[in-house]
Amino acid sequence: MTFTADSRFHTQLIWFNGLLPAALVLFDGWRGALGANPVEFVTRCSGVLSLIFLIITLAVTPLRKMYGWNWLLKQRRLIGLFAFYYGTAHLITYLAFDREGQLSTVAADVLKRPFIAIGMFSFLLMVPLAITSTNRMIKRLGGKRWAMLHRLTYVVAIGGVWHYFLIVKSDITFPALFALWLLVLLGWRVVAALKKAAKVPQ
Amino acid sequence: MKDIHPSEITPESTFLNRRFFMKSAVWAGSALATTGLYRAFRPRPQISNNGKAIAITPDREMNLSLPADEAANSFTEIAGYNNYYEFSTDKSAVAEAAKNFVTDPWTVQVGGLVRKPRSFDLAELMKFEAVERIYRFRCVEGWSMVIPWTGFPLSKLLHLVEPAGSAAFVKFETYYDEKQMPDARFAGIDLPYVEGLRLDEAMHPLTLLATGLYGKTLPNQNGAPLRLVVPWKYGFKSIKSVVKITLTEDRPTSTWQLANPGEYGFYSNVNPTVDHPRWSQARERRIGETGSRETLMFNGYAEQVAHLYAGMDLRHYF
Repeated sequence: MTFTADSRFHTQLIWFNGLLPAALVLFDGWRGALGANPVEFVTRCSGVLSLIFLIITLAVTPLRKMYGWNWLLKQRRLIGLFAFYYGTAHLITYLAFDREGQLSTVAADVLKRPFIAIGMFSFLLMVPLAITSTNRMIKRLGGKRWAMLHRLTYVVAIGGVWHYFLIVKSDITFPALFALWLLVLLGWRVVAALKKAAKVPQ
Repeated sequence: MKDIHPSEITPESTFLNRRFFMKSAVWAGSALATTGLYRAFRPRPQISNNGKAIAITPDREMNLSLPADEAANSFTEIAGYNNYYEFSTDKSAVAEAAKNFVTDPWTVQVGGLVRKPRSFDLAELMKFEAVERIYRFRCVEGWSMVIPWTGFPLSKLLHLVEPAGSAAFVKFETYYDEKQMPDARFAGIDLPYVEGLRLDEAMHPLTLLATGLYGKTLPNQNGAPLRLVVPWKYGFKSIKSVVKITLTEDRPTSTWQLANPGEYGFYSNVNPTVDHPRWSQARERRIGETGSRETLMFNGYAEQVAHLYAGMDLRHYF
């Protein structure tokens, strides 16, 4: 079996590298090595990991079309689920430490702080995508409708990067890097769509 | 097509071995890359105190220090979590980024509206009688610490230069050198860093020029060799590595005011009733604690400083 056909290996690799950061954070937390402000670190780390996995899912289609790496497609849902898992961890740290478990204060906080509203909105949009990530749901929805629904990923990614921009005080380097990647990946799609439209005879 | 000689065909065992080897390499490589990426962002665990011991004189105003029941943060916490944007905007990376910062020789120029303008070199600064003051420190970001500073009241230095009658404000400036602070280009704020106080705030007995913490000279990341400490204001007012002090008639504009006037005011007194536009200031997380605690008016120094702001609308003058 060639490397590109070995999808079991790909899946194992993604599970391993997806869970590894969580394991490292837990290990460092257990030995007290998360720095002076572990809450801040875990919050930022989970948020950034969610964004990283989102960016990777968005890179799948361009990589397939440009390099013919079609084997990536089979792994896209798993990568997207890791974005959802880390997004969930991010939300839990917010609820547990920022809100200190007082869920009744969340609504007021969403209304008060725009970056919380945008973050929350982006997370909530990921929920239906995670729920419909099974083979059975693809069948039930039909491939076309499923694909349409999952274009919400674009909105989620834009919202996530925007949320990141709004929380930094002055150094925008990291949010700007994410924005740049997002721009490249979404821009590629726009160009591809325009090319396709130009080919269709009028 | 040319026939392939049987000897040219890779035996199955070799083929499988090669696959096993390649797979192992991919496993190991990806694990290294993922761990490396994580490590690059993870805070450094331990920081040692390499400062020189400072002779501490008994403090005649001991009542200004916090009582022992509010425990001080550890040296590693205080010296491992710093906002010093000239070196890095990652609070956990500042210590490493600032480790080679040259703080000796050092000169502080004091001038402006004073009768006796002069400069102080490091030896002269270290000659001021140093007291130990344990103060609360509240960052505008919502975290706080308790820090045992050593230093001397700023008023002592200002008395030596004799402020003129027309002086109403004090402007401070941080050292800035692109060569020693290459990452300052990512800071996103105008440098050199500028801060200011009203003259009566500057003369207040709580206001310190700190030369050390935990009885030793300041670590670079905490603003060596000399920094301001104004415990009832948000931490960014306590400007680090001061090289210039100027007395002025007009109110100076601070770096953060300039960067974002809607979010940072000149006074920046710790005030739980006036929120930062992006987060609440009602509570804070003391470093070392998981839960949060209530933020106190003027960071708990209301008794000493509230009179400075009598009759002022602190919502307007935030």
